Amino acid sequence: MSIQYTQNKVASVITDMNGGRISRREMLRRGLAGTAGLLMADCWSVRAFGAPSLPKSKTAKAKSVIQIWMWGGPSHMDTFDLKPDAGQDYAGPLKPIPTNVDGMQICELLPQLAKQADKYSIIRSMTHGNSGHETAAYMVQTARKPGDGQVYPSVGAVVSLFKGYSAGYKGLIPPYIVMTQLQGRFSEAGFLGSRAKPFATGGDPSQSKFVVEGVVAQGISEERQKGRREFLQKLNSLEQAMPGNERLAASAAAEKQAYDLILGDAGKVFDLSQEKDELRDRYGKTKFGQACLVARRLVERGVPYVTINFEGWDTHKGNFQAMQRKLPELDKGFATLLQDLSDHGLLDSTIVWWGGEFGRTPKIAWEAPWNGGRHHYGKVFCHVVAGGGFKGGHVIGSSTEKGEEVKERPVYPVDLIGSMYELLGIDGAAKLPHPQGLDVTTLPIGSAADKTGGRLTEIM
Amino acid sequence: MKTFLISAVVVLAVWGGTTAPSAKASPFESDAALPPQSKIDEAVFARLKKLGIEPANICSDAVFVRRAFLDIIGTLPTATEAKEFLEDKDPKKRSALIDRLLERPEFADYWAMKWGDLLRIRAEFPINLWPNAAQAYHRWVYDCLRENMPYDKFVREMLTSNGSNFRVGQVNFYRAVQSKDQETIAKAVALTFMGTRAENWPKEQLAGMAQFFSKIAFKQTGEWKEEIIFFDPAKTGTLVTNNLEQATAAPAKPVEKKKSESSKPAKLAATFPDGTPAKIAEGRDPRAVFADWLISPKNPWFARNIVNRVWSWFLERGIIHEPDDIRPDNKPVNPELLAYLEKELVAGKYDIKHLFRLILNSQTYQLSSVPKTKSPEAEANFASYPLRRLEAEVLIDALNQITGTTEKYSSPVPEPFTFIPEDQRSISLPDSSITSSFLEMFGRPSRDTGLELERSSKPTTDQRLHMLNSSHIQRKIENSPKLQALFSAASGAASKPPKPNKNRRGVKTPPPVNTGPTSEQKKAEVINQLYLTILSRFPAEQEMKTVAEYMQSGSKREAAVDLAWALFNSSEFLYRH
Repeated sequence: MSIQYTQNKVASVITDMNGGRISRREMLRRGLAGTAGLLMADCWSVRAFGAPSLPKSKTAKAKSVIQIWMWGGPSHMDTFDLKPDAGQDYAGPLKPIPTNVDGMQICELLPQLAKQADKYSIIRSMTHGNSGHETAAYMVQTARKPGDGQVYPSVGAVVSLFKGYSAGYKGLIPPYIVMTQLQGRFSEAGFLGSRAKPFATGGDPSQSKFVVEGVVAQGISEERQKGRREFLQKLNSLEQAMPGNERLAASAAAEKQAYDLILGDAGKVFDLSQEKDELRDRYGKTKFGQACLVARRLVERGVPYVTINFEGWDTHKGNFQAMQRKLPELDKGFATLLQDLSDHGLLDSTIVWWGGEFGRTPKIAWEAPWNGGRHHYGKVFCHVVAGGGFKGGHVIGSSTEKGEEVKERPVYPVDLIGSMYELLGIDGAAKLPHPQGLDVTTLPIGSAADKTGGRLTEIM
Repeated sequence: MKTFLISAVVVLAVWGGTTAPSAKASPFESDAALPPQSKIDEAVFARLKKLGIEPANICSDAVFVRRAFLDIIGTLPTATEAKEFLEDKDPKKRSALIDRLLERPEFADYWAMKWGDLLRIRAEFPINLWPNAAQAYHRWVYDCLRENMPYDKFVREMLTSNGSNFRVGQVNFYRAVQSKDQETIAKAVALTFMGTRAENWPKEQLAGMAQFFSKIAFKQTGEWKEEIIFFDPAKTGTLVTNNLEQATAAPAKPVEKKKSESSKPAKLAATFPDGTPAKIAEGRDPRAVFADWLISPKNPWFARNIVNRVWSWFLERGIIHEPDDIRPDNKPVNPELLAYLEKELVAGKYDIKHLFRLILNSQTYQLSSVPKTKSPEAEANFASYPLRRLEAEVLIDALNQITGTTEKYSSPVPEPFTFIPEDQRSISLPDSSITSSFLEMFGRPSRDTGLELERSSKPTTDQRLHMLNSSHIQRKIENSPKLQALFSAASGAASKPPKPNKNRRGVKTPPPVNTGPTSEQKKAEVINQLYLTILSRFPAEQEMKTVAEYMQSGSKREAAVDLAWALFNSSEFLYRH
């Protein structure tokens, strides 16, 4: 990752993306084009790059997003869009169950979520038509078509840019967290550069100690930490040889922030022993379940964007065994997260966004070597949204009888992402900083705009 | 030049056995005089003089050996290599080292990595070369660098070859773009080989250049993801193959877009970027016509781009800056210098190593990174060597080399080609889709665009967190098979002094002078070795004292681990300097 954690920057050091210093004159010479790129490095101040600063939107209800990223593409037919009448080759063995919302049914392996259906809405008509992991993951998380020469930043990078330090977030915990590993499908930061990447925690929250790389160390006492720090400062001969060097000062500033996090209390957010055992059990003592609990703790402290990267949904082979194994884990974590957010009064200001890059082929590949597998399917799939201003208890759109096409009310990634931005108070026409100074907006507009089914006004 | 012949106050300490270096020594500078050694220095120093800027001192041998290794082969010198160089009395040892390094096998690894960024060698989104094509491409670049293929030939090969993306690596140049229309290809060619951003050109200029790339065809074969790239004289209109990976097994058929209005091939209105219309004989590959224009010694773009880039690779800033944003209103900061390098490259028949040698042997390159002035123009005019954080790959390789540990790499595509043994060095990774969280965190470029600025060397808080406090780094140090002997020696040194109790009593004072020589020497040896291994130099007296004091209390082993940790976290280790 790498967003600088605070606005506290080394005054007067303006650097380009390579870390080279640039004179004010050169900045002026470069004009607007260069300026965006320069200031982009300037600790992500939205005001700084001259974009229409985020208006204090009265309609902005959401402050944070928790994204449950279903890495690999979960089967829509076996989760939130079951087709019991489509026949054995489509429906498979899993049956729908009723939820606490009349007429809304979900998979029988999601009984806890069935009790929370009033809190979320299901979109059964997500579509973009692409069935390749990388490209689909890119489309779903950027609202952009690939191949126009740009790689746009993901929703997480955009939200943490607009709702992070420039919007008053002051935490030491970086504003864009991913548990526990980066997705690896595309650069989440896009052209914003590696500094806009999420902070990947590493570690495993279901272990007795969640060792967040860099933040939580094992086996080093606070005393030794402090002693080492002093020792390091004494031995930093290069700094002593060039006092006041701006590049080294930038590094020293980063180091100070790192120590604030290492030695301060902010890192306690990852200490799940502060939570009751009963609650931890309800979340499920799995990596995913406990990550959901950490996510609640993070948004509680104002972190604007948290991604839980939940792997294991690329079920070409043995889809149904995978569902038996993984859906209960999903059910506990996701359902408890909704309840817990609600109990803490956070659900109204936190969007929970569940989904993957696509769905899976409605027709089951029973034959070997797939043995009841489902392949990639970008034509129609499900996403689920809750909180942050999204109404629960609704189903948006539908797929055809066998779950093969959008039947009504298509929802393209741009519609869903645009709706989230609206709830977050992020203007789709707001400019994004671009290293070459290109004029780019948070959402595709004008000639860049593609198909749309419209914002999710039904549930906003 | 007289003004520059100021001796440094400090004297490079030459470490001999246990002799302590001078207390005043700066490990970074030398007091050697600074006469211009070549036309490079004449041009740079003349310009500095005109601006009234005093250049830095020449760097010390210790700085030089480290700098040369890092800059030429992306690899740290071992303790032995560093020591041998420091103790070498040959006055020409710097240029001898440069020559040796240019012939090292890591040379091709490191520069293939650099070229991989510019040539966008990436298997997955958004370049989508596919693993075996990315690796064929990388292999070709690596081989060219190893053989020191003349640069003009290197470029011509990429622009004119035909064949399979799996077998003829260089054809992947045309596939390593986000979409394969002729204008996108023209932009990639202009950026890579002319150092210019064609999206800012007038439309007609780009369209004229794009015509040279309008006869490139991409044909699928029966093999999964294989493509033949070839000159197709019969091709009309813009051919767009599906650049997106597909889940279905059937290879996508090329899709023709925008058929040109007449059904027979339209005569190309290809125009060179300088505005000259091209004459293309029937049946001739227009790519070859373009390539011949491009690599002609008369073409001002060609040599300028590469010499300016190479300069920026060693000295951070281009003579025209950014190095890939050459345009008429972006003037070179030192036109004489640029002209000289261009002339040398052409006269040297595009021998890149010749160009490297010229720059590396210059006084300008060998200046210390300790600037004498804060003038804002000093940096832009190369008055000192620029401090730069080590690239992600170089940094992790250095950590692994010193500690004797390895790294886990992963790729989103589980192809046999993407399983990389853990002991492979990061600088030799073929494809940016094969990566590690460390590489991502430390600003390794994604290779989406081929722009130089994709690689970020900005220090960030999470990088500092990782180096200071992650289990990843902590494990490397504590469990290091290579440093273990030193750590043990440190604790042994402490437990073996003949009269330990006597030592223990002197709590407030530094080690008493009458401490057993064996123990003190041993300790000094450990400290020396750690400095030499991690920072490629011996410790200065003051540093030795600081470390000795730190080692007085607590676990000696822990103190030695902390020393290694501190040196790894020092700017001197993290930065090229």
